[in-house]
Amino acid sequence: MADINIKIFRGDTNGGAEKEYKVEVTPGMVVLDAVLRVQATQASDLAVRWNCKAAHCGSCSAEVNGKPRLMCKTRVDEFQGKEILVAPMKAFKLIKDLVTDVSYNYKTAKLIPAFTPKAGEKAPFTMHEKDVERLYEYHKCIECFLCQNVCHVLRDHQHVQREDQRSFFGPRQMVRIASLEMHPKDTLNRAQFLKDTAVIGYCNITKCCTEVCPEHIHITDNAIIPLKERVVDEFYDPIQWIWRKVTRES
Amino acid sequence: MSVEKYEIHEHDIVVIGAGGAGLRAAIEASTMGCSVALVCKSLLGKAHTVMAEGGVAAALANVDPQDGWQTHFCDTMRGGQMINNYRMAELHAKESPARVYELEEWGALFDRTPDGKIMQRPFGAHTYRRLCHVGDRTGLELIRTLQDKAVASNVDVYMETTLTRLLKDGNRIAGAFGYVRETGRFVLFKAKAVILATGGWGKVFKVTSNSWECTGDGVIMAYDAGAELIDMEMVQFHPTGMVWPPGVRGILVTEGVRGEGGVLKNNKGERFMEKFDPKKMELSSRDVVARSIYTEVQEGRGSEHGGAYLDITHRGAEYIKKKLPSMYEQFLKLADIDITKEPMEVAPTIHYAMGGVRIDPETAATTVPGLFAAGEVAAGLHGANRLGGNSLSDLLVFGRRAGAGAAQYCKTLKNAGSIDEAQIKSEKKLLLRPFNEAGSENPYQIQEELQNAMQEGAGIARTAESLEKALKKILEFQTRAPKSRVPGSRLYNPGWHTARDLFFMLTVSEAIVRGAIERKESRGAQWRKDFLNKDENWGKQNLITFKDPSGAMKLKTVPTPSMPVELAELFRQEPAATAKK
Repeated sequence: MADINIKIFRGDTNGGAEKEYKVEVTPGMVVLDAVLRVQATQASDLAVRWNCKAAHCGSCSAEVNGKPRLMCKTRVDEFQGKEILVAPMKAFKLIKDLVTDVSYNYKTAKLIPAFTPKAGEKAPFTMHEKDVERLYEYHKCIECFLCQNVCHVLRDHQHVQREDQRSFFGPRQMVRIASLEMHPKDTLNRAQFLKDTAVIGYCNITKCCTEVCPEHIHITDNAIIPLKERVVDEFYDPIQWIWRKVTRES
Repeated sequence: MSVEKYEIHEHDIVVIGAGGAGLRAAIEASTMGCSVALVCKSLLGKAHTVMAEGGVAAALANVDPQDGWQTHFCDTMRGGQMINNYRMAELHAKESPARVYELEEWGALFDRTPDGKIMQRPFGAHTYRRLCHVGDRTGLELIRTLQDKAVASNVDVYMETTLTRLLKDGNRIAGAFGYVRETGRFVLFKAKAVILATGGWGKVFKVTSNSWECTGDGVIMAYDAGAELIDMEMVQFHPTGMVWPPGVRGILVTEGVRGEGGVLKNNKGERFMEKFDPKKMELSSRDVVARSIYTEVQEGRGSEHGGAYLDITHRGAEYIKKKLPSMYEQFLKLADIDITKEPMEVAPTIHYAMGGVRIDPETAATTVPGLFAAGEVAAGLHGANRLGGNSLSDLLVFGRRAGAGAAQYCKTLKNAGSIDEAQIKSEKKLLLRPFNEAGSENPYQIQEELQNAMQEGAGIARTAESLEKALKKILEFQTRAPKSRVPGSRLYNPGWHTARDLFFMLTVSEAIVRGAIERKESRGAQWRKDFLNKDENWGKQNLITFKDPSGAMKLKTVPTPSMPVELAELFRQEPAATAKK
């Protein structure tokens, strides 16, 4: 079997550089296999997150030749012997090698008002396929955070690092909020939350998130835009506003 | 050497492991008013539960109205070859429906029947269509629902933290000690009770569907703390793992493929399950299907890369993509196979540990006061073979019971026990050894050799000779492991982590092999080529593994709990029907 050269970023908050390793290629090998081979035989302190190796868990996110990918789903033969460079996700603060600090995603998730059915309503619920089928798409999310990584609001404007200001929650959390908002049994209205806390207005629909989603979720079209419409209806539609004013006050 | 300071956290309960069982336990204990720490080695939501595909078994009777807990109970006991703990099987069958509905109340979405109920699919050795599912990503739905519920329940989550030693005050549990993976710094949790929900140990084998995490740390921490383990020899081969290419060997192919009508064939195009189980065919129990595939391969009728062909093409592309979307994607991306057009190649893969920590069915308490266990790390429910779908229901039912059991136990105590520094000191020494001692062993190398030895000696087909050979190698690895040496610092250093995990893996391997040597019969997952039949005596007892005061591993047998007349009576009734689609 032929060998390939794979460059992997090695380093931590004190700095680092790409390092080249030689790995024997096996048929069907994915980038994660190559990285783990390096770890097992040449650099046991190489830091990398992974779990299922089957694109179900969303742990092994990285940038392969600059493109955000799941390493377990990226075939080595796709590069046809050309150079492979594996680097950590750039929107998040580096911890070490391929591991970054993704705590922002867990911090924001905790702030999202949880699923809230009508008080006292007990399962079994009767829900028809046609009422829930669009939710399945949101539920496919494996939380790989690649969408968060390419979101230019989070990445270029560094919302992840902003502790003191209002920051955009990012595409992943929009998918999560959409799944709650559109659940037929949920009773909350998260429009105010979307506008003021999750700051959905920051998204200007460049669709980078949709492009990198390994689960092929139409993040922008099916989650963010419908949520933006809800916020607009609630706060910026003059007719709706007058109608609500009249009906609420009467 | 200066004494290194470590982080200290105090809680009523520490739950170790954040898969389904750990999350469910944490939710329950927190709801009952306890302060709960949930500690996990990976990020939240990445635990092995996420890999569960086919569904969760619960006798809701939504599609087969004849189903009920009694049939689920009998199926589980028969599948486990009657060495299950009957009381666990009874509670599991009775409580699964409520646990599934509870998930719905927390926001989970399952596939629906035309009249808007939860859809159920057939699965191996379940008499009726019983598995509630969402396509082939049921585990993801389950873990995400529980994760969100736990976060909303104010459980304190400590991610990427590995606990390696349970600490005791005299006889009872007083906390746990370990390290934070990111920084490598030590951490101490003081607690009145600890719930183990650490999952299984498939990683001690070479071909497995399990991730790097499944190293048996929980089960061996319990063993080291004096808890009894049962039926450790019982390790499940899932019949269908991927075979080709080599990098994906062992990755799970859901039983849902067969549940949805997938057919197994050998290289002659014969549907060989007709020979091995003409009644249940592909939906026979996992041990039977795994052995059948193994036999076909051994006798020269295997597929190109040494497996069997699994064909679902007759269901049509649209149906397959709707019901098995992950499988479709997985084969297309990783194996260049379009499963709507060609058959998959599959072979048995190590999947699940039926054995584990012995618990009390009502409270999930182990034999050590203050220590509880739930999910795969615990044992008793599945006996000699687990039915598909019974794992997700297991971790919901007994996760909740462990949470409640630990919370009740905490209420009987005023304070957490005190922890003497000597226990911590000895664990610190063990942890730091790969940096301090002048060894030259690469822990990954020993791990790989162990995986090969276990695969060869304690795999699907076992003999006294193969097992003795494996044992000899394990004992040799045990002398090499302390000589591990790792480069780099303590900052996120997987080699260092593996050096500690290795001790867990070696002890758990020893327990599997010693148990398999002792049980001189074939039953469920234990297939002894030199003792091909079931032994009546072994059908009435469980095999206990424990650590004697000298530190040596010891085995003894105890009678399986005998079931009351009204349960025994259920087995005398004719099984009403076999699973049909």
